[in-house]
Amino acid sequence: MTALADHGADHGAEQGVGQADSPLRRFLADFFESRVATVAFAALLGIVFIALFAPWISPTNPYDLATVDILDNRLPPGSEGFTGMTFWLGTDGAGRDILSAIFYGLRTSLSVGVMSGLIAMVMGSSIGLVAAYFGGRTDTLIMRIVDVQLSFPAILVALVLLALLGKGVDKIIVALVAVQWAYYARTVRASALVERRKEYVEAATCLALDHRRILFRHVLPNCLPPLIVVVTVQTAHAISLEATLSFLGIGLPVTEPSLGLLIANGFEYMLSQKYWISIFPGVALLITIVTINLVGDQLRDVLNPRLQR
Amino acid sequence: MSGPALVELQGLSKRFVKSLDLAGKLASKLGSSIREETVYALDGVDMTVAKGEVVGLVGESGCGKSTLGRIVAGILKPSDGRILYDGRDVSSLTPAEAKAVALKVQMIFQDPFASLNPRMRVRDIVGEAPLVHGLVSRGEFESYLDDVLARCGLDASYKRRFPHQFSGGQRQRIGIARALAVKPDFIVCDEAVAALDVSIQAQILNLFIKLREDLGLTYLFISHDLGVVEHISDRVYIMYLGRIVETASTEDMFAAPNHPYTRALLREVPRLETRHSDFLPIEGEIPSPLDPPRGCHFHPRCPHAMQRCREEAPRLREVAAGRLSACHLNDGI
Ligand SMILES: Nc1ncnc2c1ncn2[C@@H]1O[C@H](COP(=O)(O)OP(=O)(O)OP(=O)(O)O)[C@@H](O)[C@H]1O
Ligand code: SF4
Ligand SMILES: [Mg+2]
Repeated sequence: MTALADHGADHGAEQGVGQADSPLRRFLADFFESRVATVAFAALLGIVFIALFAPWISPTNPYDLATVDILDNRLPPGSEGFTGMTFWLGTDGAGRDILSAIFYGLRTSLSVGVMSGLIAMVMGSSIGLVAAYFGGRTDTLIMRIVDVQLSFPAILVALVLLALLGKGVDKIIVALVAVQWAYYARTVRASALVERRKEYVEAATCLALDHRRILFRHVLPNCLPPLIVVVTVQTAHAISLEATLSFLGIGLPVTEPSLGLLIANGFEYMLSQKYWISIFPGVALLITIVTINLVGDQLRDVLNPRLQR
Repeated sequence: MSGPALVELQGLSKRFVKSLDLAGKLASKLGSSIREETVYALDGVDMTVAKGEVVGLVGESGCGKSTLGRIVAGILKPSDGRILYDGRDVSSLTPAEAKAVALKVQMIFQDPFASLNPRMRVRDIVGEAPLVHGLVSRGEFESYLDDVLARCGLDASYKRRFPHQFSGGQRQRIGIARALAVKPDFIVCDEAVAALDVSIQAQILNLFIKLREDLGLTYLFISHDLGVVEHISDRVYIMYLGRIVETASTEDMFAAPNHPYTRALLREVPRLETRHSDFLPIEGEIPSPLDPPRGCHFHPRCPHAMQRCREEAPRLREVAAGRLSACHLNDGI
């Protein structure tokens, strides 16, 4: 047998294996196979759209004192206001349109959740990668800190930090990052530990590629599937944690009301039958968190490396 | 051995220490039998590979073949000993020289699946290193890549594909192309055909032989398949539990093995159809590298073991021109 003649046989066998389908395309096809996930994804897109464009699509600007009329206060859903506009979800104690307040609240809640999620992800994954790749003492030290961090309830850590730092968007982001980075570090370390033992990493070492390149271009992309799942779950977690803190009055300042604060504001009226002030922001929060989690669940199923390949 | 040595290993040792975690340390302080475990994967290995030579490395599973290959390829650091490349100690090189030497020694891996990054396209798998190290300019990159792929029997149209779209044989070709792309002189093949179908094995072996002729490559060919080793190697090293026990030209080795371990390995290998003959199991168990036997490592299984063998490790010494063996029997009784 000559070296040239047998190539043909080798090639012929695999032509059918796949017609240049990229992993991304396969992934998308798998993801949208589930109807629930498709609906959840569409809903999430809608929510993100509302959050991004709240100032342009809200019926009113609920925080512009010139347009808010105190005489419109506590109107039930569907009532017509003093100026003749309809408040589909009613108004709150200060006469603000609940629908607009929800739009603005989503904007705040989502941006705080996503910001803290992203920062925690970048920090946590880098730390987890370094721990896995270098191993030894570095790894032991980092993972001890992670263990300690994760053994405290998130809400407790956040409460203590906010008590020390005070109120403000930046402060709450710091607090959320502080309670979240460890999840990312743990997830990325676990998958990086598996990846770094694979021969393609040895091959990269053998090709004299530097550590940073191997870590971020070779190992990290292979840790992405579990990381993406954690990103969605943790973002949902961050949003609900922020809502809890704001509800307790130690999260965001009243000038930047998130959904949690809206719920808190309406809470006092719950007993006097004025349910809408609290309930509608609550429903918005619920829908947001459920859709993110549904999308996350489907991602987990689709990206599960044990089911793939 | 023909020309000057390209790679020379002197007294190479590798120990893997599995240190205790905090709980383990505490337990051992409190009198538990948990101890730090040390695996003696390599123990004073000497080896010389001449330019253009194909050297086979044979031994039972776990004897340290892959560890040796990884150290030569620069993936692992030795615990002791020196590696000379072209006569120069690689640990004494400047960083720039060390990188150049690192690229000159490449490795082909056993697992055609795990050895390719599943998230990279063939273009990046093969082309990343030459581009990063400036071995090829961006302008010439595409044609350079096509050349390397063609040399390994791969079509240029495969560049945009991902590893999962190929079969084992083709993946192995991609791995070979990746190594060739940085213009190596020396290639460590660690069981490079073991995971492939028998029919594909022959193709890949032919490719290795052809590349050697075309590019003047030198190989360290690790395999447990005696047929493959006999087919491709000029010279063979036999390894047992981290030590080299015998080396000779392939012809001499297969015609008249000297060391009792080699004799046991080659015993009754079907002489006409040596291809794909794995070792026959040798009587007795392979001792654990955690706790290798004193003296000659082979003595618990050796039919000729004497008192001396239990106490004193035999040194590797010349028994005939170009033949080394480590056995007390050669000391002429
Ligand atoms: N990273 C490591 N940590 C601890 N022990 C290791 C490590 N790598 C190898 N070993 C041990 O070193 C010894 C030699 O392993 P090595 O992989 O070199 O053997 P091998 O001859 O290649 O075996 P095989 O034929 O099964 O591939 C084995 O006992 C193995 O368990
Ligand atoms: S040294 Fe002794 S035990 Fe070892 S191979 Fe030779 S005869 Fe056997
Ligand atoms: Mg091996």
